[in-house]
Amino acid sequence: MKIVALNGLLGYGYSEEALNTAFSEKVDYLGVDAGSTDPGPYYLGSGKSFTDRGAVKRDLALALPKALEHKAPFIIGTAGGAGSDEHVKWLKEILLEVAAEQSLSFKLGTVLSDVSTKYVLDKFESGKLINMSDEFPVNKQAIEESTRIVSQIGIAPVIKLLEENADVILCGRACDTAIYAAPCIYEGYKEGLSFHMAKIMECGAMCSEPVAAADVMQGYMYDDYFELRPANPIRKCTVDRVAAHTLYEQSNPYLIFEPDGVCDLTNSKFTQVDERTVRVSGSEFKEAEEKTLKLEGVKCSGYRTICPATIYDTDTIKNIDLIINTVTEFVKENTKNTLPENSYEINFKLNGGAESSLGVIIDVVGKTQEVADTVCALARSRMLHCDYEGRKSTAGNLAFMFSPSDIHVGAVYEFSVFHLAKVSSLLETAKISVEEV
Amino acid sequence: MKKLINYTKILRSKNAGPLFITFDLIFNSKEDMEYVEKRLKKSDISKAYAVNEEKIDIISYGVVNSIKITFPRKNISGSLCDNDIYGCQMHMPLANIEI
Repeated sequence: MKIVALNGLLGYGYSEEALNTAFSEKVDYLGVDAGSTDPGPYYLGSGKSFTDRGAVKRDLALALPKALEHKAPFIIGTAGGAGSDEHVKWLKEILLEVAAEQSLSFKLGTVLSDVSTKYVLDKFESGKLINMSDEFPVNKQAIEESTRIVSQIGIAPVIKLLEENADVILCGRACDTAIYAAPCIYEGYKEGLSFHMAKIMECGAMCSEPVAAADVMQGYMYDDYFELRPANPIRKCTVDRVAAHTLYEQSNPYLIFEPDGVCDLTNSKFTQVDERTVRVSGSEFKEAEEKTLKLEGVKCSGYRTICPATIYDTDTIKNIDLIINTVTEFVKENTKNTLPENSYEINFKLNGGAESSLGVIIDVVGKTQEVADTVCALARSRMLHCDYEGRKSTAGNLAFMFSPSDIHVGAVYEFSVFHLAKVSSLLETAKISVEEV
Repeated sequence: MKKLINYTKILRSKNAGPLFITFDLIFNSKEDMEYVEKRLKKSDISKAYAVNEEKIDIISYGVVNSIKITFPRKNISGSLCDNDIYGCQMHMPLANIEI
């Protein structure tokens, strides 16, 4: 069976020629990951994508007709960057636009994976939430304050839609591996090999040389092994690259944790088949006794205003701690009657620290944008003229790069939920639908 | 005594999800890997990152002559005090550990 990964992230681009090469032989499935938590909590919070609409459309417009022509179901994971219902809506609109422009018709399966605050609170009350890190324990108030929570689905909802003969499967927040493991397992291949291949393929041509998330990867699944070969002839898969890829972004190089269980790579063997192809065998799967889904939630922490500046004066740099303390106290004193307590947080982000220059960002997050503006302006003006012993550069301490010096960043989101939920079914959170386009 | 970075071919940091930071040390040879494996102390990592020793995982991955180190991020990705959302520039304190 042949499965193709369009690239490591929808909207990051790929070589059109490589796509054509991949489709010059029979392709059974096409997949692409469309999201990540790497860019932080903002995107889940705001409902926006960190990928560009135009670039996403280009990547889809070339691939969609190929997949349909080959009758290769096209599986898209974590739509719109963060995979919430809002993000799925965004990507679906682009998909429908491409379909209309090229007069394409197909059966579209969609998996939505948002969960309600009530769902998470019920899990909390019944002791079904598990911490992933001690540093980030379950917190009832944080759950209640959450503005959006998604569940990260595994292979089950994707398999359900393959059974319904969907041509395109658009997923909300999904495990990266679900995109590529679901079709393999659906076709009856071994779970250990399926999850391992999926883990490597989800980054596109990242496991090849020269390395690139932005290119096409081909996976060939057999009964007792799988093979990987990049579609672009300028790249090759090597044992070192492929084996090293299982290190990437994983907490443990031997174990891949999935909602269904654990993929164990302790006995995996990597063999160079030809100059550009690597064969992998021996990866095993152990089903979990208790199934879990990861929940990701965010809350709005306020509104941010920042002021970036540079200090070049060596004496000023030496006195930076004193200056920061003075400014912090000044702001506190000057707002005590005008702003409610705890209505802002101020951080001085220092960059560099070499003797010749120090980058400073005054970072203020306020309950409202107005509060952030007020505090940032006060801190900026006080810092500009803050005195210290032996000061010679009495005209000002800060070199501003921009006018205006203060910049609105807008709403700030932080992760409020990042926990595992014990579930009775791995379809528990998935809202599955099918429609004709 | 040499700095850890001088023994490695690749030395990188990256989030393993927003709650964890993971470091990959990849060596040119098995000998280099084993040399560092024997001498790299959790207490040095603990000091460099102000993290409790028992929270640090060190796993050798001989398939590609590498060592992986993982521990929880003190400021999780995107929190107000975080200065490295992707965690891909957190490796220098580790790189500078004397071996």
